[in-house]
Amino acid sequence: MTTESTPYSGEQTHGAPLPAGGPNPPKAPDPAIEGAPAGESLAKDAWRRLSQNRAAMLSLGLLIAIIVVCIVGPWLLPWGLAEVDWNAFGTGPTLENAHYLGTDANGRDLLTRVLYGGRVSLSVALVASFVSLVIGVLYGAISGYLGGRVDNYMMRFVDIMYSLPFMFLVILLMVVFGRNIFLIYAAIGAVEWLDMARIVRGQTLALKRREFIEAAHALGVRDTKIVTRHLIPNAIGPVIIYVTLTVPKVILLESFLSFLGLGVQEPLTSWGVLISEGVDMMESAPWMLLVPSIFLALTLFCLNFLGDGLRDALDPRTR
Amino acid sequence: MTQSLLEIDKLSVTFQLPNGPVTAVKDVSFSIAEGETLALVGESGSGKSVTSTAAMRLLPELAETTGAIRFNGENLLEVTPKRMRRVRGNDISMIFQEPMTSLNPLHRIGRQIGEVLIRHKQLKGKANRQRVLELLNQVGIPEPERRIDSYPYELSGGQRQRVMIAMALAGEPKLLIADEPTTALDVTVQAQILELLKSLQAKYGMAILFITHDLSIVRHFADHVAVMRYGEVVESGRTLDVFDNPQHDYTRMLLDAIPRGRKEPAPADSPVLLSGQDVKVRFALKKRLFGKNEYFEAVRGIDLSIRRGQTLGIVGESGSGKSTLGRALLRLLKSEGEIRFEEADISGLDKSGMRPLRSRLQVVFQDPFGSLSPRMTVGDIISEGLKVHHPELNRRQREAEVIAALEEVALDPSMRNRYPHEFSGGQRQRIAIARALILKPELLLLDEPTSALDRSVQVRVIDLLRDLQKKHGLTYLFISHDLSVVRALSDDVLVMKEGRVIEQGSTEMIFSQPKEAYTQALLKAAFLESEAA
Repeated sequence: MTTESTPYSGEQTHGAPLPAGGPNPPKAPDPAIEGAPAGESLAKDAWRRLSQNRAAMLSLGLLIAIIVVCIVGPWLLPWGLAEVDWNAFGTGPTLENAHYLGTDANGRDLLTRVLYGGRVSLSVALVASFVSLVIGVLYGAISGYLGGRVDNYMMRFVDIMYSLPFMFLVILLMVVFGRNIFLIYAAIGAVEWLDMARIVRGQTLALKRREFIEAAHALGVRDTKIVTRHLIPNAIGPVIIYVTLTVPKVILLESFLSFLGLGVQEPLTSWGVLISEGVDMMESAPWMLLVPSIFLALTLFCLNFLGDGLRDALDPRTR
Repeated sequence: MTQSLLEIDKLSVTFQLPNGPVTAVKDVSFSIAEGETLALVGESGSGKSVTSTAAMRLLPELAETTGAIRFNGENLLEVTPKRMRRVRGNDISMIFQEPMTSLNPLHRIGRQIGEVLIRHKQLKGKANRQRVLELLNQVGIPEPERRIDSYPYELSGGQRQRVMIAMALAGEPKLLIADEPTTALDVTVQAQILELLKSLQAKYGMAILFITHDLSIVRHFADHVAVMRYGEVVESGRTLDVFDNPQHDYTRMLLDAIPRGRKEPAPADSPVLLSGQDVKVRFALKKRLFGKNEYFEAVRGIDLSIRRGQTLGIVGESGSGKSTLGRALLRLLKSEGEIRFEEADISGLDKSGMRPLRSRLQVVFQDPFGSLSPRMTVGDIISEGLKVHHPELNRRQREAEVIAALEEVALDPSMRNRYPHEFSGGQRQRIAIARALILKPELLLLDEPTSALDRSVQVRVIDLLRDLQKKHGLTYLFISHDLSVVRALSDDVLVMKEGRVIEQGSTEMIFSQPKEAYTQALLKAAFLESEAA
């Protein structure tokens, strides 16, 4: 058999006409490698598909806008984080005295505080989610892939971590290292990866019996490559969903810690803290609750749509 | 008897999918008379299952159905959902392909059959149980008194399919729709189930709409046949007429799609490439901290050897340990006993010790949908082995190798940047073969490489494998339950049952003069057609 005379296989995807008995004219072989359609990397390909998803792109744009405003905004506004305006205690949104979204009970500009709070909330969400993602995915994939006794020990360690009271862990960290915002990142990250590890391990257990993993073994691919190239990419769908669920959880956890006096401290603030302050003033000054809540809700909405779009875009089957 | 029971008249089914309508069935017409069997034949995607599901009105809502389905003169497409529920199970019932998943695993089988009786026959309590026992008896379940309280997982695949048939019979239907009822079963079990369906048909006088892709069954089983392709009936008529005198090219092609020819034997003096001595594999069922572990012995001491250029066929039913043996020989599973590759004992090598040998020992798996990672492009999948064994190659060299490999398996190399889901089953199997071949292996383990493919595609893959073997002097270890494929490809055959070798010999010997009763039963059940036909 020579390659030249071989008709390209007639088994096309369903619905294409069956080849007649005679040989199809062979396609001209590519004269050079460059002649073939350019290889599209998974990332490029995913981006192309993501950009076709209007909801996801809108969310992405809005999310970027929120982040930029939180970073840049405080410099442009005339008020400082802890600056008290003695002429305006608890006034509503107005254009007259540059308190565009009103002031809180202490006469501090609400917009300024919301933007400063956004920096804290978003960075906690970003760092803690990223930490939980990296640790959780690696831990879960390794545990599930190695299986047997190693898996047993690794997951029992996760169980022990689960059973430690979260508050106890945080207080312990405070005692040892003193009050520090980075401790919140560390504490939340150290707890959130546990769920992720369990989810990824479950996925891995199902995946590792698939034949393409076995084929990789037969090719002599190293274990580390099997985990990074075959297991993790195929477990990415549930992982992304879970990350989009982790972010709001982390933001709320941070506000809970701050509320207990273990998180960020006055005058620094966060969305969670602002919301809990707003709840107290709900009847007399509703904007104090509404403004930070709208920022938080918008961010979470965007993350959910973006997560959904990412999951679809990263799955080549949904093209 | 000649009055038609089910008449399908110009049936069309269109699915309104997000990316446009897809017509799965176009203007299909046929009819079945009482007590008659009509076989609906076609390859995957031909619309045969959609047709039968439409007759039960079980299609999803996004399907648009036009035409008429008349059952005893009543157009089922127009009746109310309530009336339809009475028709289902009472007048028409259905059995499915997958006996493993079509029973609810949490209910005892007696209850599942009894449920049909409660709905359609208003039989309750003792009378219900009595009738269930009768039905189980009729479908040939041994010890029905005991089995009635079994859960599905306690039954074998064949027994489960019998339970499904009992459920279908419970409403005493006039028409039974059997959608590939034997495809998931071993050949010997398949023959028994077909026998059972035939005898039940004679007893109850029901009509059967039999959906299958397997023409050898049709010839033995059906009175009439309708051949479908791309949603259209291309040919229909009495089975004997169609088989003896096919009119349409497609029918002819299907009938012709039998693996033919024999392999030229390898030279008698070629050296032994791979051999196994007393190979055993066992799986731990229960691990205990103290005391003895419980084991299941999948392979119980097998000796074999393959010479260079030879093809050894390993035949057996599911659970016989043939796949396990193949994986053990390639050291993909832990095993006991000695395995030699070119004189060298490889049974003691660890992962890194095996790595240099991996490029010489390659595998092609059964399931072309499961054996390719859905998130890698075809090019990446094929070149993965090169990265392991030839790290010195740069990107362009690898790409050139991939192109050569794709051309070798007769696939268009410009498709290398696509993902596996864009390919059909046969094309995926070619990709899997290309992945193995790119490393220039000496021995290829083919684990049911054609089982998941349509007959006509199967024949082409077999031709490809044969050509590749000749061209590269490959040695094949060919695992299959499909005897006709084994006959076309192998020099020697090894028949396995329950982890042991039952019979071993040259292909000619095994197929013409099988010694063991088990081998004879296998051959008989396979409906092997003589190649002269």
